[in-house]
Amino acid sequence: MKLIVNGQALEIDASTLAELLAALDYEGDWLATAVNSDLVHRVNRAEFQLSDGDRIEILSPMQGG
Amino acid sequence: MFELLGTTLPSRLFLGTAQYPSPAILADAVQASGTSVVTVSLRREMAGGRDGEKFWSLIRSLGTRILPNTAGCHSVKEAVTTAKMAREVFGTSWIKLEVIGNHDTLQPDVFGLVEAARILCDDGFAVFPYTTDDLVAAERLLEAGCMVLMPWCAPIGSALGPVNIPALRSMRAHFPGVPLIVDAGLGRPSHAATVMELGFDAVLLNTAVARAADPVGMARAFGKAVDAGREAFLSGMLEPRDVAVPSTPTIGRAVFS
Repeated sequence: MKLIVNGQALEIDASTLAELLAALDYEGDWLATAVNSDLVHRVNRAEFQLSDGDRIEILSPMQGG
Repeated sequence: MFELLGTTLPSRLFLGTAQYPSPAILADAVQASGTSVVTVSLRREMAGGRDGEKFWSLIRSLGTRILPNTAGCHSVKEAVTTAKMAREVFGTSWIKLEVIGNHDTLQPDVFGLVEAARILCDDGFAVFPYTTDDLVAAERLLEAGCMVLMPWCAPIGSALGPVNIPALRSMRAHFPGVPLIVDAGLGRPSHAATVMELGFDAVLLNTAVARAADPVGMARAFGKAVDAGREAFLSGMLEPRDVAVPSTPTIGRAVFS
């Protein structure tokens, strides 16, 4: 499946958001995820089905003013 | 003590966490400033990365309240989604709402800001809107559900200090019961003292501390300035006069001629 993850085009075998995170070696409870500009809650990642062309943002805490 | 949204804060200084020379200096600056609220952000985590985890551990060790921001957002949609993501990660409904309208001045897009504020307030957020000193925009933000306003006093990172004191004074007078926090543009402790003397409830700053030659010393200086300005406001300052007035009593002075 073709996905855009944090702005980068990837060809990856993952049907759900949780599978995508695992495939890319993301782990931890400090991550926030959005698909096509909408938040996907942590508890919904396992059942959230991805579609070809989806844009995924994976964010974590960072310094800010 | 500062009563804000049902919370008692020991300090009226809010401190940003960006641009410090090192995480250790950030931690020391937070400690020296006496701040009880720090601002944080969300950024892309690269695959397999642990940058966010390290920073998050550091922030939690500081023992302060956290005010996440939506820095860098230029649209209502971006800001709203970022706020929701921040609420999930940081576990707080407080959000410093930024909707930037101009790339050069980083001026808030007050129209988008009001729209985003309404959406987030309706969703249960406590919205701290980064706004200008425009009274009409301020009224719209309050109508949208904001309980706090955060006007700039100069562009972000400019260090210019309060460039329009009459506007800030006017804002304070128009919204006597609303917590007003000056956010952005402060360059030195005297700037912070000045806006606190005007009756603002708190200040939020980052660059002036983080980019100082000694961030820890500057953090301490800002903490003192904020306290001094607040105490001066509460103590009732003398208004400027155009004529000299002797401070030593004239009654009973000797006459030699």
